[in-house]
Amino acid sequence: MSELGLRLTLSLIQIAVVVAIIIVTVLILTLAERKILGWMQDRMGPMEVGPYGILQPFADAIKLFFKEDIVPAGANKLLFTVAPLLALIPAFIGFAVIPWGPDWTLEINGIVYKPFVISDINIGILYILAFASIGAYGIILGGWASNSKYSLLGGLRSAAQVISYELNVGLAIIGVIILAGSLSLVKITNAQSGWFWHWYLFALPVPQIVAFVVYVISAVAETNRVPFDLPEAESELVAGFFTEYSGLRFAFFYLAEYANMILVSCIAAAMFLGGWNAPYPGTILDRLGLPSLAWIEHTMWFAAKTYFFLFLFFWLRATLPRLRYDQLMRFGWKVMLPIALANIVITSIAVYLFPNA
Amino acid sequence: MAQLVFGYFAGVIAVAAVLVVALRNPVYSVLSLLVMFFHVAGLYITLHAEFLAAVQIIVYAGAILVLYLFVLMLLNSKQDDRYHRQWQMAVILCCPLFLELMVLFAGVDPGATDPLAAAPMNSGEDNTRAIGLTLFSTYLFPFEVASLILLVAMIGAIMLAKRDIGRQGA
Repeated sequence: MSELGLRLTLSLIQIAVVVAIIIVTVLILTLAERKILGWMQDRMGPMEVGPYGILQPFADAIKLFFKEDIVPAGANKLLFTVAPLLALIPAFIGFAVIPWGPDWTLEINGIVYKPFVISDINIGILYILAFASIGAYGIILGGWASNSKYSLLGGLRSAAQVISYELNVGLAIIGVIILAGSLSLVKITNAQSGWFWHWYLFALPVPQIVAFVVYVISAVAETNRVPFDLPEAESELVAGFFTEYSGLRFAFFYLAEYANMILVSCIAAAMFLGGWNAPYPGTILDRLGLPSLAWIEHTMWFAAKTYFFLFLFFWLRATLPRLRYDQLMRFGWKVMLPIALANIVITSIAVYLFPNA
Repeated sequence: MAQLVFGYFAGVIAVAAVLVVALRNPVYSVLSLLVMFFHVAGLYITLHAEFLAAVQIIVYAGAILVLYLFVLMLLNSKQDDRYHRQWQMAVILCCPLFLELMVLFAGVDPGATDPLAAAPMNSGEDNTRAIGLTLFSTYLFPFEVASLILLVAMIGAIMLAKRDIGRQGA
C-alpha cells in the first residue's frame, strides 16, 4: 500500500470512529434531554419503549426514517433539499480538529500520525469558527425555500441571532488564544496540563472566567437553544425555520442542532477546562503502572467535561423562560460584546506585564 | 499535482464568478458567490496561507454574504431582470481587458523564476504570527488608517439608520 493510501485509510478510520461517536452521543442526548427535563419537572419522561424508555431514541429514528417526505407547494425544491445538508455538514466538519485524547503519536510503516485528533492543523480554532459561520446558511435557506411566512421569519431571526452571537463566541475565545499563543487546539490543551489551576478558566495571570461565562451564554444562543430559541418559538412561529420539514430532512436539522451542541461543548472543554487533562498531574492509571492505558482516563475526563456542558444545556432549558427578540439583541450587542472586548484588553495588558506568569 | 489543484480552484472560481452575474435568481447568485469564496480560500491553503483562508471564510462567507442573503430575503425578489440587458456594454468593456491580458501573457519572460518557489515556505505556526508581525510593524500606519476608515463608515451607517428615531425623540 502506498504512503498516501495508508494515510487516507488511517484518516478515514478516524473519521468513521468520530462520526459514530457523535451519532451515538446524539442518540443518548435526545433521550437524556427528555429524561432530565422530566425529572426536573417531576415527571418520568419517556417510559414506553424498552425498560425505562431507554430504546426511545431508536423508535424516534425509525419513525423519522419512514415518515413521508413532503415538499410544500411553491417551495424551491433544490434549496429545500440543500438546506438541511448545509446545516449538517458544518456541524460535523468542526470535529476534525478536536483533540479527544492525549497528544500521542503512533508510527505505522514510517508514517507518523496522531490517533486522538483527526487533523492537527495550526489554525484549529479558526477553522471551527469558519465552518460554524457557514451553519447559518442552512437555517436561512431552509426558511426561505419552504415558501412559508413562519419559516421565513424564523430563518431571518436565526440569521440575525447567529451572526450576533458568533461574534461574541469568537471574541471570548481570543483571551485564551492570547494566553496560549497558538490557534491549534492540541497546543492549547497541552499548555493546560498539570493541576486544575493551570486550566485557562483559573490560570494566572488572567483567569478567563469572565470570558468563559460570555462563551457559554453565547454558545447557548448560537446553537438556538432555550432561553435563546427564538427562531423556533412555538407560540409565535409554530416551529420556526423547519416548520415545513418532515422525515429525513427534518432529522438532518435535528442532528445538526445536537451536533452543534456537542461541538461547542467540546470547544469549551478543550479551551477553558483543560481538554483531556485530568485535574491532577498525570493520570492514576500511569501511577498504577499501566501507562499504555492512560489514554482511557484522558478521554474519560474529556467526555466528563463535555457531558457537563451538555447537561448545562438541559438544565438551562428546564429553568429559564424564553427571551424577547429585542432583549436578545440588546443583550448580545450592549452587554456581552463590551464585556468580551474588555476581557481582551485586560488579558493583553496582563500578558504584556507578566510574560512568564 | 499542484498544477492540477490550482487548475481546479481557478476553474471553479471563474465559473462561479460568471454565474454570480449571469443567474437570474438572486439567491442562486449569492450561493455561487459562496462557492467562489470557498474556492478562493482553497487557493490560499495551497499557498500555505491557512490564516488568510480561515479569515476569508469567516469574514466574507460567514458575515458579509449572510448579510446579502438577509437583505435579499427581506426584499423577497424572486427574479430581477434589471441588469441583464447590459451585456452588450459588458462585452465592449471586456474586449480591451482581454487584449491587455494577452499583452501581459506575451510579455512573460520564460526564463523568469517562480516567485513563490523562491520565497521561503514558512508553514506551521509562523503563518499567523508572520501576518500579525507584518501588520503591526511594517504596515502599522496603513493598518490603522484602514481601521479608522472602517470606523467612520460604521458610525456613518449607524447615524443614517438612527436619524428617524432621533427626530421622533426630539
